[in-house]
Amino acid sequence: MRLIAVVLASILAFPAMAEEVVLGLSRDQVAITADFDGSDILIFGAVKRESPIPKGDPLEVVITVSGPQKPLTVRRKEKKFGIWVNTDAVEIDHAPSFYAVATSAPLGDVLTNVEDLRHNITVPQAIRMVGAPMEVQNAQDFTQAVIRIRENANLYQTLEGAVQVDQQTLFRTSIDMPSNLTEGVYPTRIFLTRGGEVVSHFETKIDVRKVGLERWLFNLSREMPLAYGILSLAIAIAAGWGASAAFRLLRQG
Amino acid sequence: MQIYLPIAEVSVNAFLLLGLGGMVGILSGMFGVGGGFLMTPLLFFIGIPPAVAVATEANQIVASSFSGVLAHLKRRTVDLKMGTVLLVGGLVGAALGVLLFNYLKSMGQVDLLVRLCYVVFLGVIGGLMFIESLNAIRRQKKNGPVRKRKNHNWIHGLPFKMRFRVSGLYISVIPPLLVGLCVGVLAAIMGVGGGFIMVPAMIYLLGMPTKVVVGTSLFQIIFVTGFTTLLHATTNYTVDMALAVLLLIGGVVGAQIGTRIGTRLKAEQLRILLALMVLVVCGKLALDLLLQPSELYSIGDAGGH
Repeated sequence: MRLIAVVLASILAFPAMAEEVVLGLSRDQVAITADFDGSDILIFGAVKRESPIPKGDPLEVVITVSGPQKPLTVRRKEKKFGIWVNTDAVEIDHAPSFYAVATSAPLGDVLTNVEDLRHNITVPQAIRMVGAPMEVQNAQDFTQAVIRIRENANLYQTLEGAVQVDQQTLFRTSIDMPSNLTEGVYPTRIFLTRGGEVVSHFETKIDVRKVGLERWLFNLSREMPLAYGILSLAIAIAAGWGASAAFRLLRQG
Repeated sequence: MQIYLPIAEVSVNAFLLLGLGGMVGILSGMFGVGGGFLMTPLLFFIGIPPAVAVATEANQIVASSFSGVLAHLKRRTVDLKMGTVLLVGGLVGAALGVLLFNYLKSMGQVDLLVRLCYVVFLGVIGGLMFIESLNAIRRQKKNGPVRKRKNHNWIHGLPFKMRFRVSGLYISVIPPLLVGLCVGVLAAIMGVGGGFIMVPAMIYLLGMPTKVVVGTSLFQIIFVTGFTTLLHATTNYTVDMALAVLLLIGGVVGAQIGTRIGTRLKAEQLRILLALMVLVVCGKLALDLLLQPSELYSIGDAGGH
């Protein structure tokens, strides 16, 4: 049923396009449970067209999955009086908590710079910095540092050649989402390109949310913080007393 | 077994947390320190966000100290009267500490100041304790019984004297109040129980017997850290209950074992071990400040600089 809805939506959304995306997701919800340990999402789909496959450049596919956008402060350390101290700080207006770009061929071949700028596709494009303070030099280093740190944590991924395309019609890829995901809506975009130009694109979303006990604890901590705090203390005291009593029994018995 | 922490929003190994809790719990029971000054940096190393680590650690200290204090109450090694006086100072200090912490935060550099606080305090206290304990052990070997520490200093000239029967002291309430206050301030700033500062202060400044010191400091720590937990839970929402529960299961068991070990060791040995541990942590933190970090940049929440 959902697939049909997606097909209908895509037909309604791009009536004039010659090639359209019909999308499937292995799951459109990621449930963060107590034993959550990362998640693989299979993104697959087909290209729907009214006319025969156009001649010329082959069809390429670019898929992006983005986490919720959040502002950040990036700080740089410098040696002062013999110790390393945070000195300069730059505010980043928007940076996704997670970002993956998967392509069917090397990025340079599937996307021109102009199209990248227009659609904000590659990792550096996903981070926005309006302006750094005047006294900070090399403000670009700060955005590069964000990318470097998050790439090392597997939060930003550039997966060139990770999308398989069959007969210019079927495509699929798998995105590996790490265990330290932030809750929220993850916009997922699929771009079809020919000769570096975007010929069609499609957007959907993946819901990442805590469920069960995780959900309950999180809600309680936000909505009734005092009750949450007292509950934490009560558990702590009960555990402390329990252990003490258990050890006493152990020694007597 | 991996477990996802709802507030910290990271996934960590549950057995690693249990192990850490147990290890720190043993030390806590042995020395009467909450163990926060060890646990908080350890939590940073395994990837828990610092704000969550500090707040959750306060909650965990309540648990490990509670089981510790029960064991000490049973052996009548808690000076409740002295503990209450220290506690009054501690609560006022914690409130002042939170104010000071927020002021430093608005100026930036709060991380650095916390680290510097650690290095200075741990270094001075660890060094003093180490030297003192070494001397005590050496004296013991040479002259047999330890010469009694001189009990009359400037502290005995202060007004508002009170009798502390369990400690066998008749001193002014001003020094314990001040000790409690300082510990409260430092506890709020450094995110620790403050036992590693209070224990030496009680021994060297107030002249309390070592056996009573451990139980009494645990008694004070419970209430101050409990208060801190509530402050963090209601203002910053950074207490992670799942993390706390895992740490405290390990912690309470460890604390019981630690208390047993502590009663078997001699006071001087106990002190020299604690001094060594304090010096190791101090050295590690000092190195972090002195050596060039591999990553010069760090990411923080917006508006926090």
